[in-house]
Formats: sequence, C-alpha cells, structure tokens
Amino acid sequence: MKENRIAGFFKGVGNAFGLIGTAFSKGDWKTKLSFIIMGFGSLMRKQFARGIAFLAVEVLYIWYIVSFGAGYLKDFGTLGTVATREEPAYFNGIEIGKTTVFGDNSFLILLFSVMTLFITALFIIIWYINVKNNYESQVRLESGKKLPTNKQDLSSLLDHNFDKTLLAIPVFGVFMFVVVPIVFMILVAFTNYDMNHQPPTNLFSWVGFENFKNLLSIGGSGFGSTFFTVLGWTLIWAFFATFLNYFGGMAVAILINKKGIKFKKLWRTILVMTIAVPQFVSLLYVGKMFAKDGLINGYLMKWGVIDQAIPFWTDPTLAKIMIIVINVWVGIPYVMLITTGLLMNIPEDLYESARIDGANPWQMFMKITLPYMLFVTGPYLLTSFTGNLNNFNVIYLLNTGSPLSTELTGGAGRTDLLITWLYKLTVNDTNYRMAAVIGIMVFVVTAVISLVVYNILPSVKDEEGFQ
Amino acid sequence: MASKKKITNIITYVVLVLISIIWLFPFVCLVLQSFRSYNEMGGGMVDYVIPKKFSLDSYRFLFDPSSNFVNWYKNTLIISIFVTIGQTAFVLCTSYVLSRMRFKGRELLMRFWLILGMFPGFLSMICLYFLLKQFGLTQEGAVPGLILISVASSGMGYYICKGFFDTLPKALDEAARIDGATRAQIFFGMIIPLAKPIIIYQALVAFMGPWCDYVFASYVAFGNSASYNVAVGLQRWLFTGDYQGYFTRFCAGGVLVAVPVTILFMCLQKYYVEGVTGGAVKG
Repeated sequence: MKENRIAGFFKGVGNAFGLIGTAFSKGDWKTKLSFIIMGFGSLMRKQFARGIAFLAVEVLYIWYIVSFGAGYLKDFGTLGTVATREEPAYFNGIEIGKTTVFGDNSFLILLFSVMTLFITALFIIIWYINVKNNYESQVRLESGKKLPTNKQDLSSLLDHNFDKTLLAIPVFGVFMFVVVPIVFMILVAFTNYDMNHQPPTNLFSWVGFENFKNLLSIGGSGFGSTFFTVLGWTLIWAFFATFLNYFGGMAVAILINKKGIKFKKLWRTILVMTIAVPQFVSLLYVGKMFAKDGLINGYLMKWGVIDQAIPFWTDPTLAKIMIIVINVWVGIPYVMLITTGLLMNIPEDLYESARIDGANPWQMFMKITLPYMLFVTGPYLLTSFTGNLNNFNVIYLLNTGSPLSTELTGGAGRTDLLITWLYKLTVNDTNYRMAAVIGIMVFVVTAVISLVVYNILPSVKDEEGFQ
Repeated sequence: MASKKKITNIITYVVLVLISIIWLFPFVCLVLQSFRSYNEMGGGMVDYVIPKKFSLDSYRFLFDPSSNFVNWYKNTLIISIFVTIGQTAFVLCTSYVLSRMRFKGRELLMRFWLILGMFPGFLSMICLYFLLKQFGLTQEGAVPGLILISVASSGMGYYICKGFFDTLPKALDEAARIDGATRAQIFFGMIIPLAKPIIIYQALVAFMGPWCDYVFASYVAFGNSASYNVAVGLQRWLFTGDYQGYFTRFCAGGVLVAVPVTILFMCLQKYYVEGVTGGAVKG
C-alpha cells in the first residue's frame, strides 16, 4: 500500500517531466514562449483571465525574489556572518560617539529563507500548470474544439472549481501561520539559537545534531535525565487524566440516567458549569484555594484537623495527585455530556435478557455497557489522550509546573509536562534551540501513540462490529 | 424489592448532591469572595468564605480607569467576535469542500493537516511572534495580531463540521445540480441553512476560545498592559502583582468574565452537546 503511494508519486513526477518535454518539442511558438513568459499563450488565444493571472504570478514572484527573497536566501548556508555592532562615529576626524552598523540577522535570514523556498516551490507548481494549460489549449484548438471563454473561466470558480475558491484562503493561512513556523522551528533545532545567540547582536549558526545529543546525554549539564523524568510524568499524567475522567464521567452519566432519578437536567447543568466558566478563572481560583494560605488549609487549621498547612503544591507527589484530582473535576462533565446520549442508545432488551439470565448490575456493566462504549468512543479516547499529553492549561494555571527541583535542568518543575517545559524554555530561558528539540519530541511521542493506538482500535479494524 | 430500589435511589441522590456541592463549591466561593471588602484583611486570602462585610470595592476598582480591566475586557470581546466570524467562515468553507468535492490532492491535504496537528502549537510561538512583529502586530497591535493567528490556522479544525456535512445526504446536492444550481448556489443557498446547528456549535467554541487564551496572548502582548486580554491581565494580578491586595479583585474580574460566557454557553448548550457527541463518535 505504502510502496504504491511512493511509486505513484514518482510516476506522477515522471509524467510531469514527460509533459514538459512534449510541450516543448511539439508546442507552437505561443506555447514555447509561455515557458518564459507565463500566460503568454493564453493571452494570444484570447483567454485573458487565465493569461493575466499567470502573468501576474510571474511578475509578483520575480519582484519578490529580486527585492526581498534572494537577499535572505544567499545567507541560508551560514545564517549571517556580520553581526550588528556599534562603531565609533567620526566627524571631521574627531570621535563624537557611537553609531550602529547594521549587519545580518540570523533569525530573519532563516525565517525568510524558509518562506522563499516554499514560495519558490509553489511558483514551480504554478509554472508547470501554466505550461500544461497552454499546451492543452493548443491541442484543443488543433483538434478543432473551442476554448472556454473568459466568462466561463471565471464562473467555473463558483461551480466545478469552487473547491479552489473556498480553500484558497484557509490553505494559505495554514501554510503561512502553521507550516512555515513549524519548518522554521524544526530548523532551529539544528542551530545554537539561545540566550547567548540573540540576533542581531549575536548571530546563531548551524550546529548539526548537537542539541539532540544534549537532549539524550545524561549527567553533567545534559538534558537527558530531566527529559526522561518529564516524559515519564507526561505519560503517567495523560494516562490517569484520560481514564479517570472517562470512567468517572461514565459513572456520573449512568447515575443521572438511572430510572427514577428526578431533576436530570439540573444535575447535568450543575456539572456543565466547569465547561462554561472559562478555565483560567476556575483553575486559577481552585489553584489558590489549595495554596498554603488558601481556603482549604485555612478551614482545616481552624477546625483543628491539622496544625500545619498541607503543602498541596510544594510537595512533588502531593502536587501530582492534586493535579490529577482537580483534572477529574474539570474533565468529568465533558465525558458525562458525550456518554449520556450514547448510553441511551444501547438497546434496552440487551439488559432485559441479561437480567433474566440473572446478571447483576456490575456484570451487565462489564459485559454490555463497557464494550459498547469502548467501541463507540475509541477515537475519542485517543484524541483525549493526545490532548492530555499537551494539556497546558490545567498544569500551568494550577501551579505553573512547580515545585522546582535542583535535580532537574532547564527550569523544569516536578509537575511540568513536556509542553509546559517547552513554554518555560521559550519564555523564561529563551533557550529556543532546546525548546525546538522538545517540540519535535512531543510530535514524535504524539505521532507514535496515535499510529499504534489507531491501528488497534476496534472501531477502525471492524467498522460494522456493533451495527 | 421496592424498598431496595428506594434505598439505591436515595443513595444515588446523596451521591449526586455531594457531586453538585463539590462542583459548585469553588464557584460559590469565587462569587462570595468577590464581594469581600478590600480594606478588611487587606483583600488577600482568608480562611472563611462568607464575607464579614459585603462591599462592592473590588468591582468599583475594576471600572476605575487606572486598572485597565475595561480595556482588557474590550480587547477580549473584540478578539472573540472577529475570531468567531473568521473561524466559522474558514471551517465551513474547508469542511464543505472536503466533504462534498473530490479533487486532486484531497487525501494528501487531509493527511498533511493531520500530521501538522500533532506538532505542539507553542512550538511555533516565537516564530509567529516575529512574523507578527514584521507587520507591527505585537504589543500595541496585539489585538489584530491575535485575531490573525487564530483565524488563519483555523481551517485545520474542520473535523467535527465535516463529520456533520458527511451526514447530510448527497442526493440533495445532486438534485440541485440537476436543476442547474452551481456549487456556490448549493453551498450558500442550501448547505449553510441546513448546517445551522453545527454553525452555532462552531461559533460558540470559537467565541469561548479567546476568553481562555493565555499563552499566545501573554506572549504577543508582552509588556504592553493595555493590549492584554482578560486571561493575561487577571493572571498577572494573581501572580506578579501585589496579590494579597489583588485577590478579591481577581475574583470580581473572574465573575464579570464568567457570568456572560456561562449564560451564553448555557443557552446554546444543546448545540454544544450535539457537536461534541458527534465529534467524539466519529473521531
């Protein structure tokens, strides 16, 4: 399957080159000239809408490269050699002060190089479409058919080319604000961009795999032991956060769904409050409730249950437990909402016949409810797990990943997830090189888990299983 | 038998009441503490819930020009409204195309976006910051900058909406096409009116997002207090400000933020449930 796809890709590329070849050898002068002046053939064949569009792309591209792109792209290999610096300024041969001499800026060189490379790739694709289009028009005319008029061309954008109209802006947005930044950051992982190399006064440069080595090196100033500690906690956290919420939420949904229970809507509404109230309000407040001088400790001391404040957030183990427990408070309502409707979908006669066979409620849950729910909500469990791997809000708003520890490097705290650590490395330490490496690792972990779990999900393997 | 059933019902009620208390307790405390006088105990954290003296000091402070809170609120509201419009439009366009039209590279695009989604969003934070800075959309210009970021990448969140479109029968489209309607006419005249529940869901989610957006907002608006949103501003009050004094003010601000959002959510709850349930089952 996969090989087919790769083979198909190369076949496609081969076909494209083949077409360029035929277009060049068999094309008339209009088509041939379109190789250099895009849209020339279309213009000569009175397809002004297409011709002008192609020509405009070419003019814009050349203007972009000459005035902007090329200047950055030429320094891509070194990321700049001349830093911005201060030099004495002279007036009539006498030093009168300092003047700033602007040099290169590694950051902008890298960013705009990436952008230029992408734009060039896009340009080549459009150029190819232009060649193909011109040649096809020529063949069409030679075989005596008519070409679509300008009006038809334009109105097709609202009909069978409507996909291009609708997708153009969203795809461009994703490309500019997701793809370019991600490629940029992947490249940063191979540079020494950190607090000592802040352009424009201190340039950064390529360092190869040094950062990855640093991530895996244990001992000394290496990130290795911290990375594995944080990774371990991230996985433990995601496991508990997902499954405790899942079973808790389902239990609550079953309780509310139970026959003979009144005010069903009221109970649900109360729970849904935690979804409705913006998380930063509820989580920050709950975080403070459990602080050393917070409400809970205050009450417990007033009632004489404890003499000293319980270190909810400063004791590593306790902090971890607290986070998981509070996350249950946050997460149960979501699961409750999702499962309520699904639970009612389970055919009642399944339970009826089980009851006749003498099954107790627990057996019915294990044999009927749970398998059905796991089957239906499999994809949700997966997305929820990967979402929890990157659950920034709960950790950061509750206790900012504290307590800090001397055993951990890179400013990581005991309850930091990879994602909050990444945030701290970026914002507090400006250690962008390691932040980029961590980001790549988060991607790897997410991708591996998604792939493995996705392939063992029953609802993927056997779509008809419960229908 | 009947009495056994009664007992289990009573137990269930007890559990449900307990759950309700646990779930509501923080919110009740939040509201009550926001009415505590600023002067009494310096406005910090105390070991009792019901204020000894009710006062509106904290709320008065929020509306004082020196506190910037009104600014933050306005910023968040502006961001929310524009993000709602933009994201909903982007998501609708993308999901309609991916659900209804077949074109070269469709599978590739979906697969590519799925993989992109596995990269943590913060990874590109610095890059986005400098990208926005090039256009002057940071610090003072943080509000349009944040709108731009949230809207631009929203095409990738098409899953739930596409799932909804997939359930609309294709025969509808085909019938309309036989009658000579163009794709655009079908989209605007037929699909969008049918998609009302999912549009409301999408708009609700988009609207609530910016109220909780802490990470990007704090980074993009860094150091410029006037262009913070409520999440960043109130978080600053709690952690870096003189928090003993600001605790009740945080509570009051939190109440003012939470009340309208909560009411809106409760009114549209039905659509939210439909959306998340559909999304969870289809993945």
